[in-house]
Amino acid sequence: MSAVAANYDTLQSLGVEVISVSVDSQFVHKVWNDQELSKMAKKDIPFHMATDGPGNVGKIYGVYDEAAGVELRGRFIIDPDGVIQAMEVMTPPVGRKMSEAIRQIYAFQHVRKTKGAEVCPAGWSPGKKTLKPGPELVGTVWKEWSPFENH
Amino acid sequence: MSEKTGGCARPTGAVVGENLIAENGELSKKETTVVTAKVGTKAPDFEAPTYYKGEFTSIKLSDYLGKWVLLCFYPGDFTFV
Repeated sequence: MSAVAANYDTLQSLGVEVISVSVDSQFVHKVWNDQELSKMAKKDIPFHMATDGPGNVGKIYGVYDEAAGVELRGRFIIDPDGVIQAMEVMTPPVGRKMSEAIRQIYAFQHVRKTKGAEVCPAGWSPGKKTLKPGPELVGTVWKEWSPFENH
Repeated sequence: MSEKTGGCARPTGAVVGENLIAENGELSKKETTVVTAKVGTKAPDFEAPTYYKGEFTSIKLSDYLGKWVLLCFYPGDFTFV
């Protein structure tokens, strides 16, 4: 979570609001912020830290581990219409990489801005070539895009 | 977002629309159908108490309509990763 806090300015510049969720109480969130996270992120956690003790929220998002009584690592990118555009779920021992979440947000925002006229191929990052789906592109993606040049 | 005092009763996150009080005053058992979030579909709405910048408050996901949201679940406070 400190990694999210450290990238918060970038997320805000993209108009992204962050909500974190775990089974811990608000009181534990406060102490974790005060004792540890604020030291790692070099600032207080700037977003809402939600509490989901019985896993009610985690269950409908498919990220609640009933046996362990905790949430898995689940990351959801939700667009302004409230639609989930991306999700990534991982078991606890490996952390996420914020730059990948941010890359995906850039890509989904680009697609949304072009109203779907442009799509982002594998490995796309801002400034790289997008593809314009249409009859001419069928069977000719190899002319437009190479995994060796653009990935 | 509304400010809440942190009492001893422990409020927690809940799916919006579940556990409604029936007209006879009994708490209606929620259906066992579990909605699982999927890409390309509406994010299930929920309300949850939060800790936010020194305050105990709460959020409702649907209040964020019109904005991009990064929703992050994680195993627990004070875990190592």
